[in-house]
Amino acid sequence: MSESEGYSAAAEVGAVRMRRSWRERAWIELKKAPFTAWLGLVIILAYVFVAIFAPWLAPYGEADAQFGAYEPWSGAHVFGTDQIGRDILSRLIYGARNTIGIALATTLLAFLIGGSLALVAAISRGWIDQVLSRAVDVLISIPSLIFALMLLSIYGSTTLSLIVIIAVLDSTRVFRLGRAVAMNVVVMDYVEAARLRGEGLGWIMRREILPNIMPPLVAEFGLRFCFVFLTIAALSFLGVGIQPPTADWGSMVRENASLIQFAQFDLRAGITPLLPAAAIAILTIAVNFVVDWFLMKTSGLRDEP
Amino acid sequence: MSSDTPEHPQHGEVLLTMRGVVIDGFADERWHEIIRGVDLTLHKGEVLGLIGESGAGKSTLGLAAMGFARPGCRISGGEIVFDGIDLVAASERRKQRLRGSRIAYVAQSAAAAFNPAHTLLEQTVEATLRHGLRGRAEAEADARALYAAMDLPDPEHIGDRFPHQVSGGQLQRAMTAMAMAARPDLIIFDEPTTALDVTTQVNVLAAMRRAIEQFDTAAIYITHDLAVVAQMADRIKVLRYGEEVEEAPTEEMLRAPKHPYTRSLWAVRSLQKPGQTSSDLVLEIDGVTAAYGTVDVLHDVSIGLPRGKTVALVGESGSGKSTAARVVTGLLPPRRGEVRFDGTALPADLKGRTKEQKRRIQMIYQMADTAMNPRQTVREIIGRPIAFYHGLRGREVERRVERLLEQIELDGSFADRLPGELSGGQKQRICIARALAAEPEVIICDEVTSALDQIVQEGILKLLMRLQEDHGLSYIFITHDIATVEAIADEVVVMLEGRVVEQGLKEEIFAPPHPEYTELLLSSVPEMEAGWLERAIARRQGGAVADRLAEGGRDLPSPG
Amino acid sequence: MHPVVSIMLQRLALGLMTLFFVSIIIFMAIEMLPGDFTQAVLGQAATEETVAAFRRELGLDQPAYIRYFDWVGGVLQGDFGTSFSGRASSGVDRSREVVDLIGPRLANTLFLAGMTAVIAVPLALLLGITAALWRGSLYDRAVNATTLSTISMPEFFVAYILILFLGSLYPVFPSLANVSADTPFWERVYRCALPAMTLTLVIVAHMMRMTRAAIINLLASPYIEMARLKGLSATRVILFHALPNAWAPIVNVIAFNLAYLIVGVVVVEVVFVYPGIGQLMVDAVTTRDIPVVQACALIFAATYILLNLLADIISIVTNPRLLHPR
Repeated sequence: MSESEGYSAAAEVGAVRMRRSWRERAWIELKKAPFTAWLGLVIILAYVFVAIFAPWLAPYGEADAQFGAYEPWSGAHVFGTDQIGRDILSRLIYGARNTIGIALATTLLAFLIGGSLALVAAISRGWIDQVLSRAVDVLISIPSLIFALMLLSIYGSTTLSLIVIIAVLDSTRVFRLGRAVAMNVVVMDYVEAARLRGEGLGWIMRREILPNIMPPLVAEFGLRFCFVFLTIAALSFLGVGIQPPTADWGSMVRENASLIQFAQFDLRAGITPLLPAAAIAILTIAVNFVVDWFLMKTSGLRDEP
Repeated sequence: MSSDTPEHPQHGEVLLTMRGVVIDGFADERWHEIIRGVDLTLHKGEVLGLIGESGAGKSTLGLAAMGFARPGCRISGGEIVFDGIDLVAASERRKQRLRGSRIAYVAQSAAAAFNPAHTLLEQTVEATLRHGLRGRAEAEADARALYAAMDLPDPEHIGDRFPHQVSGGQLQRAMTAMAMAARPDLIIFDEPTTALDVTTQVNVLAAMRRAIEQFDTAAIYITHDLAVVAQMADRIKVLRYGEEVEEAPTEEMLRAPKHPYTRSLWAVRSLQKPGQTSSDLVLEIDGVTAAYGTVDVLHDVSIGLPRGKTVALVGESGSGKSTAARVVTGLLPPRRGEVRFDGTALPADLKGRTKEQKRRIQMIYQMADTAMNPRQTVREIIGRPIAFYHGLRGREVERRVERLLEQIELDGSFADRLPGELSGGQKQRICIARALAAEPEVIICDEVTSALDQIVQEGILKLLMRLQEDHGLSYIFITHDIATVEAIADEVVVMLEGRVVEQGLKEEIFAPPHPEYTELLLSSVPEMEAGWLERAIARRQGGAVADRLAEGGRDLPSPG
Repeated sequence: MHPVVSIMLQRLALGLMTLFFVSIIIFMAIEMLPGDFTQAVLGQAATEETVAAFRRELGLDQPAYIRYFDWVGGVLQGDFGTSFSGRASSGVDRSREVVDLIGPRLANTLFLAGMTAVIAVPLALLLGITAALWRGSLYDRAVNATTLSTISMPEFFVAYILILFLGSLYPVFPSLANVSADTPFWERVYRCALPAMTLTLVIVAHMMRMTRAAIINLLASPYIEMARLKGLSATRVILFHALPNAWAPIVNVIAFNLAYLIVGVVVVEVVFVYPGIGQLMVDAVTTRDIPVVQACALIFAATYILLNLLADIISIVTNPRLLHPR
């Protein structure tokens, strides 16, 4: 209590944390992570594993239709076969690759488009920002599934048009969020300081803004991935998304939906169409769990004293 | 019961006692002690000042006197007894009956603490009605009387207004009236004037003082400003890190503080520098009129900065101080007039200025937190201007960074830290080093000390003065705090509503006779002695500017 | 003019502008079709005269802006053009007016959406507000985890699970929601039970989470703390201090989710083979029946825009700062 108040700047008490490499910090955070986050991470890793090693894991080929239609669950066909005699387990495994791959490519493209436009709008402001923002306002006011349906009816349902259409539509949401968080950073004094120093646009974007908007953007990436994944699944389910013979979970539900009526007689046949749907649901739940935890960590969403 | 506290014969029996109160806050997934065993005794009709710097736990302790803990906090130990009622053990219902009727609260930001959806009157009488103390008609009549007692303009009708329709100072008084409505035994004032300008603060303080004296209400007055609490309190308790530093009657505390920490609370006031001037101007703002959009915020402003000296821009919020700085930096090109550096006009727009012109004028900001990129290390932050302006690389930059850190009294190990790992004062030092790295001639300091604790402010001001001597720097020092001006300025420019009221040597400006506004501003700065408030109010009677600014006129919208 | 009125007019104008641009985008759909689509519609065997006649009927010989105004003019009078399907290469035209296709189905969709809204909105508000009030409780955490899982599920998954249990294993409700114009009201409600339930589950999850967040945000305001410190009862704090400020956020949540409902309807209609506008649109997309797609898209988009506009206007009207200007 009775310290002599000789003031020295270096000794001034500050909340000085120990410095650690990001690896150590990530591991410490992970150890503290709740069960749901762990579960989510494990599930995501499992899906990625299956997607990468699909050809080695699947007992049969993706479009291998050499068996009888609607065969029941058995040793040879763990989940039976579908309406034209393809092994459902194999198609589920290949489906992981196709469905996740396409959704991931779409989300990445959406972030590339939306993110870069958002940065441009936030930094340059003025009329560029106005034009971009108003255009996005209009695009966003058409429900994206409806818009996607309309565009697909014009360009046809190829994988490429699917990816481009969904990515463009989804980039509007990325733009909105990206612009909002970038705006929060742009008004910071350190950005003004960089401008006063005379730094160019490139430096300000790369060094001052981008590192500071990464956390919300990463979380948004998870959420957008879920949304894109569900949209593509819905489109495929409606028959206008990923086209046969490519195995994909949405269309698998559609193809085998009629089996559900037999649930009273053979429960296993009845739940067969639910398997791909469950595969979709479990992955999105897992991603949501991880994003939830990540958001809580980075935005400090908790009761402040 | 209160054998360990001094007796106060002028006050009655004990109203509130706290013994060994411990309050925890939840952060980083565990509980931390915010208040670590504080004792407190308050007698009927007595005013206790609770003072301390940010993070001392003043507000938390104040709320505990109502048996209240904010979400994420909990009262985990000790006893709090209000008039024989144990508030720690009392049921929520019991505490509800006390709050608003016998203990009332006045919040820091009245604008946020009034519900935007209801009129002032509705909210003023609410507690009285809900606690069944009075009928509506009687309560409303009383509220109007209280508005009048609080010196609010048009007390008969101001209650029909919504919170967003009256000014900050008026709201703060209305909130005091609201607290008074039930004639409580105790009022907790939680930094009630911190958000107000000084000229407004004086009147609000006076109104509060009158009210608690008139109704003989006990109060706990929480603030970080010792001069303010000196006007309000009978006794002062100093808190630091959730613990009591010392407690004494106000006059004794001001005259002879026992603890060095208490003395450090007015550290800046002990700094005094004689003002000097020179006719060699390094920077001139000449006849500048500037606008945001179409609204002029600066009107024909001319300011000269003598080489190697400090010019303080003084004024209240909205006076145009910071706008003037933006014009100098080129962020806001003026509509008329020009800025000259060493006699040559600078291009109005930042984009038109050369690297060399930019280098010679640097800026330091109020909030060091937002002035540094949280993702860059100190080395990157200070190193960038070195590389950018002087084209140095690698080891060369390294060496300069080390030397700069030395100059701001930090050792080389700080180079690897991120801003989040520094204290407030250290952050501001790094910002100074960054400005210094450019080797500028002029530095604009925008309220650089106002977010800091007193002792840290003192350190920063001393550092700035030393650097000025070593490097021959010229400062434009923007501040609203007169003590800071006393400490660092050579010349003073007083600004009001976008115009320069006067400019001159500090001693000349601070010595009478003053133009009316300067007089008002200077007389509004609380002084560290009891009885100052009465004198200030007495001096203030009459005077056109005072009338216009003293709440009645400026912020009250014309009726209709 | 009272500021509320002028701001409302501004929003209204903005909404109309948006609708205008959206209609242009939807109209452009037909512009972007590849050149040979007339062939595709009429079949490879179509004669040159039939193709030419078809092109003339579509007005492809006129500049785009004239066709746009023709189209919008028609839409405003309830004329959405003629369907592509039913055309034959021979030139025999059995196509139907788009309006006749849409009319009855739109009514069906509105019925389903309305039924869902009546159940879902009060339920979601109740769950969201209670979860916010008892934040951190077991109840809150349970509701939270459940809804987080539900929003992660595709609509058709929820739908098929319901069918599995309530349609197939324990046939309580029909798994096919086939209704027609003369189905009596309660019969209709019965047949729509599963689709409505599916939509309700999905919507409630979204809406409850948003309501909870909005209320928590509101309860953190200093004026709510002030009300507590005035010793007011919890009910008083909620009803008198929180509620008047809660309209705007709550209305926005409702509008957002109703708009979402309109979209969710598409998938659910397909699952339950419900004769609504969503299914019509999906069918039209598969057969590339552009006039029908355009009409459906325009209806969906307009509903979406109008709902959001309505929410905006309600937020304005309930904002005390705008109602009582300085």
